[in-house]
Amino acid sequence: MSVISQRVPWFAVLPLGLLALWHVAVTQQWTPPGIIPSPAQVAESWYTWIFGAPGKSLSPYSGTWVSNVLYSTRRVLQGFLIAAAIGIPLGLFIGWNRLVANLVDPSIQLFRPVPITAWLPFSIAVFGIYDASALFLIGLGAFYPIVLNTTHGVRDTNLLLLRAARMLGAGQATILRKVVFPSALPSILTGLRLGIGVAWTAVIVAEMIAVKSGLGYVLWDAYYVSRMDICVATMFSVGMLGFLSDRVIYVFSRLVLRWRTLEAHA
Amino acid sequence: MPERTEPGRVSLRPPTVDSGHADHATIRLHDVWKEFVKRGGRVEALQAIDFVVEPNEFAAILGPSGCGKSTLLNMVAGFDRPTRGRVLVAGEPVEAPDPRRGVVFQEPALFPWYTVLDNITFGPKTLGQSPSVYRPKVETLLEQVGLQGFEGHYPAELSGGMKQRVGIARVLVMEPRVLLMDEPFGSLDAQTRSLMHELLLSVWERHHQTVLFITHDIEEALLLADSVSVMTARPGRIKERLAVEFPRPRSVELTTSPLFNELKREVLALIREESRRAATEKRA
Repeated sequence: MSVISQRVPWFAVLPLGLLALWHVAVTQQWTPPGIIPSPAQVAESWYTWIFGAPGKSLSPYSGTWVSNVLYSTRRVLQGFLIAAAIGIPLGLFIGWNRLVANLVDPSIQLFRPVPITAWLPFSIAVFGIYDASALFLIGLGAFYPIVLNTTHGVRDTNLLLLRAARMLGAGQATILRKVVFPSALPSILTGLRLGIGVAWTAVIVAEMIAVKSGLGYVLWDAYYVSRMDICVATMFSVGMLGFLSDRVIYVFSRLVLRWRTLEAHA
Repeated sequence: MPERTEPGRVSLRPPTVDSGHADHATIRLHDVWKEFVKRGGRVEALQAIDFVVEPNEFAAILGPSGCGKSTLLNMVAGFDRPTRGRVLVAGEPVEAPDPRRGVVFQEPALFPWYTVLDNITFGPKTLGQSPSVYRPKVETLLEQVGLQGFEGHYPAELSGGMKQRVGIARVLVMEPRVLLMDEPFGSLDAQTRSLMHELLLSVWERHHQTVLFITHDIEEALLLADSVSVMTARPGRIKERLAVEFPRPRSVELTTSPLFNELKREVLALIREESRRAATEKRA
């Protein structure tokens, strides 16, 4: 039993099962005909979308996948980096300094429940149908989990380690850099992972309405012209990219938190 | 190993405040009181503590748990302030932690993201010492505490005893004149603790720092210290101070001698009295 169960690629069972169910549901017409495309149709459209010659085939999407992926990825990365560049230092100060916490934290808590989607009209009114609008939404969405997790990580710093550092002659700046930051790092990285997830959500929302390129734009455009096959292919594309970017941060955190993995095995 | 010319004879005379020579690492507590606010009520942790540790003296403080002995040490370290009274080290009032007063905590309190070497060099680097200054000291210390070959290990890879040796080494590298130790071996097993006693004795008999050593282990206190002060149950006061005049260098074998056991009985009686008093007071 155990030898066999080790050889079965269990992770693939559920996705393949769902794929089969989808295929059967469409071909047996359990779903209204012409609305939901079959897996094969999606695969074919996706292939053309990626590898087709641009402008030559009947599909206006032919060969535009890579450029749209690059648009969206660039926006995600830019928005995410802005969010991290503001969220991590701000979180450090909120967690470290009571005055900063009293000054900034209530406002963050007040704005946080406002969904990214609710910011859309405001964002377009202020930034227009340009990249800035998308970056604002992505950055704002990713900012909250990053700042909150950083703050939490800082507040969790072991009092004994702070005392040890002070006893060894460390001032505030050294303590922040050598004790508080590394101590909060696991939490910060969790915030970054959550943040990049939100960034992919935000980029789709932003591109659907606030800009005229990227996967979100394609998704909305394809919906308007009833190309559900492209819609589904877009969903898969976003899922893959989100998964990949999460893995990158995960592998990075395994590297920088080597001391912590040792701790878990001790 | 140099013999001490004066066996740590300690008098019970009250401290002569401010007469401490600035360059002598004397610890003085003058009429120190400490109150904590707990659930709205005030808890008196320490009451009217007058206590002196002479330069180069190894002073142990023994007491039942919760008697405020760690609070006392925290005030000497500068982590905590007295509600009333004065804490002086080398004639200066203690206001903040200082590398001249090295603290070894009960938990090793190492920085888990730094290797053994980086933990030990944390202090010297923070003070901006150049590697040419601290590197030879680190080499010597690693050998003294038996950590050679472990420089690149992370704390998570070390045993409890090894972690505590790093905790001691990172303090000793600062060459403090005052060592404050808060039950440093309390969480170690008996075998390891005994090895740590020998290590500490050999280190101290070489450098003769002024030591304030908090413990609830009578044998440990008598083996290591020049004087043992027994504290009362809360609110903590110094109940009695005994001189421990066994010749140095000492070794763990000392703990089996009749004289040692006689002294141990004496201290045990004092502690018992306190625990009993605390128990009856709780019942009352």
